Formats: sequence, structure tokens, C-alpha cells
Amino acid sequence: MVEENIITANTIWQLLEQVPDPEIPVLSILDLGIVRDVKINEGLVEIIITPTYSGCPAMDAISMDIRLKLIENGIKNFKITSVLSPAWTTDWMTEEGKIKLNKYGIAPPKISLDKSDTPPVCPQCKSADTKLLSQFGSTACKALYQCNDCKEPFDYFKCQ
Amino acid sequence: MTQLINYILHLADSNLILTQRNAAWCGHGPILEQDIAITNITLDLIGQSRNLYQYAATLINEGNENAVTEDSLAYLRTEREFKNLLLTEQENGDWAQTIVRQFFYSVYQYLLYQKLKESKDEQLAGIAAKSLKEVTYHVTWSSEWLIRLGDGTAESKEKILNAIKQLWPYTGEMFVQTDYELSVVAEGIAPDISLLKNDWLNKVTGVFEEATVSVPENIFMHTGGKTGTHTEKLGYILSDLQYLQRTYPNATW
Repeated sequence: MVEENIITANTIWQLLEQVPDPEIPVLSILDLGIVRDVKINEGLVEIIITPTYSGCPAMDAISMDIRLKLIENGIKNFKITSVLSPAWTTDWMTEEGKIKLNKYGIAPPKISLDKSDTPPVCPQCKSADTKLLSQFGSTACKALYQCNDCKEPFDYFKCQ
Repeated sequence: MTQLINYILHLADSNLILTQRNAAWCGHGPILEQDIAITNITLDLIGQSRNLYQYAATLINEGNENAVTEDSLAYLRTEREFKNLLLTEQENGDWAQTIVRQFFYSVYQYLLYQKLKESKDEQLAGIAAKSLKEVTYHVTWSSEWLIRLGDGTAESKEKILNAIKQLWPYTGEMFVQTDYELSVVAEGIAPDISLLKNDWLNKVTGVFEEATVSVPENIFMHTGGKTGTHTEKLGYILSDLQYLQRTYPNATW
């Protein structure tokens, strides 16, 4: 439990670190870069989040998970604001998040400035010889690839 | 303000109606990956339309006690109140027809949102910038399919040619401005869509060339969707889309 009168932004960030992404549970919502800011004004905590994709069904679940995490820790006076601008980009994903993704079997996004056609490296056997099967994968944020060496299909977190 | 609301509803309605059409492919796509692709695109479109409806609802509710929501805008307006492009209400037909419809719409959306993201209306600019990233993928995907089918077998080519013939007469409407568009253009909120016609044609022509098909000659173009005069198809779409809320008002699950 956190005493309401000693809530700091730091406390909130630490709690948010414990909220996993509902689709990719190895990533926290901080790894994903969707929490843009935490503001505390006269005891009211405001958490500003931005959606990954416009139609991402995980966003409602994420709001709910944030809500539950805060309430669980005795924080009642808060609001979650969703902002669209500036638009979320995979460049906001943390380096640690990218490493976790790769270990989980999902190839992490390239940086958005990288406009090359180089396909992602296979997260299983690390081969660079991979091919695109479909630009649309198991969720809105992923594309489907296959490794030409180990033949395993894998998800690639699309660069956005 | 009314004209801005009309404009936002026009953008939202086009997305929603195309969503409803595309969603019918769910579980029926030609192969699993493409079933997933068309439904993913559809998910982006519904997400974009939700952002637009939510914004329209906020504007409508200013100084209005009867709270309008994104849901009431989608589920409780009549056919004549919908301002979607006629293109988006056309039938799915076969896969070729769905691809051509998506391609025409995605290229239009791409060009429009590229300008709209510079709008002085911050909310619209934000929605456009966000949507543009998604639409970029839709353009690539639908272009690749158009080329694959057009430059494919005799049968796939025939289907693409038939789809173009069916849908081309509904493309002109995109670039004919309505009163509400003229009004938001004058206010510097939206780009003049008529000026994007050439860019659209150039992009379409480029992909058509790769697909070894040609652009139809000047033919009659239908208009009316943007101002609420639709083909008979919209009524059927809405009766499906709105059935639940009309029959069981305020139902939730």
C-alpha cells in the first residue's frame, strides 16, 4: 500500500513497470513505450498513454490493468488519459524491451530511420536469411516471417 | 462547427462502412495469412473511425445535454445521415473486387491523411498522423495483390478487369467537394481534396501498369454518398450493423 499523501511520480512509474502488455506478457507497458507521462497535481495522478495501433484491442485491457494495479496499491485518485499525438512509434520501445522480445521469439522492430529492405534476423537460429510471409501477423503490430535456414516461422514486431 | 462535424463524420463513416464490408471476410479469406491480413487492415480502419467518432461526439456534445457517443453515431443514425463514399459500400464480390476497392480507398486515404496531418485542428492532425502509419501498409499490401492478380493467370486478370470496371465509376466522388468540405478547406482545417485527384491517378496508373491493366477511359462517375444519397446497398449494411442496438436499445455485453 502506498500512502496517498506521499505518492510521487517515481512510485507510479515503479507500479507501471509491473503492468505487462496483455498480448506480449514479457514486455511491460514501459518497455513498449506507451506511457508518455505521469503527472501529479494536488493529489490527482494523471497517467498519459498513447495507443500503438488505432484499433489495438489491447488498449482497453491495458487501461484496465493500470487501473487495477493502482487500486491494488491504494491509489484511488487518478485518471488515465489517452493521447494520439505525437503518434506512437516503435522507436520508443526500450532497448531492454527489444532484447526481451527477441528472447521471447519475436524479432524486434528496426529503428524507423532504417529504410533498408534487410529482413529481420531469425530470433530462433539467428540467421539473417529470412523471408516475409505476410505483412499482417497474429496481431495488428506484427508481421509474419519465416527463416530460410531453420525453417521456423516467426513474428516480427513491425517498425512504425 | 456543424460543417467540421459533418466532415469528421464523413471520414469516420467511410472507414466504418468499409470495415463492415471487409469484416465479412473473416473466416472466409482465400488463405489463412490473407484472411488475417484483411481483418488486420479492418481492425486499423475501425480503430481510426472510433477516434474520429469520439472526436465528433465531443464536438456535438459541447453545449448539448443529450450525450452523443461514438456508439450512437455508429448505431443510431439513418442511411441518409451517413456520409461515406459510395465506393466503400460496394459489395465484396470476389477477392479481386475486395482488393481493388481496398486499393482505391487506401491510396485516397494515404494522400488525404498526408495533408490532413498538417491540419491546424490538432485532434484531426493527430488522428491523421497516427492513421497514416497504418494506411501505408494497406497501400503496399493492396498494390501487391493488384499486381499479382492483374499480372497473374488469365482468370485472375479477368477478375481484376471486372473489378476495375465495377468500381471505377465510384472513384470520382472522392475528389468532388461537398459544401462541408469547402467550408473546412476555407478554414484551413482540411486539404482541398480535388487537388489530390492527379496524385491519386498517378499512383493508381503506376500500379495498374505493373499489373498490366489499363485505366478506364472517361466514364460516368456516381456521386451522392458524401451527402447522404446512397446506393441501395447501404440500407442492407446498416440493417445488419445496427440490428442489435435497434432491436435491443442500449444492449451491452
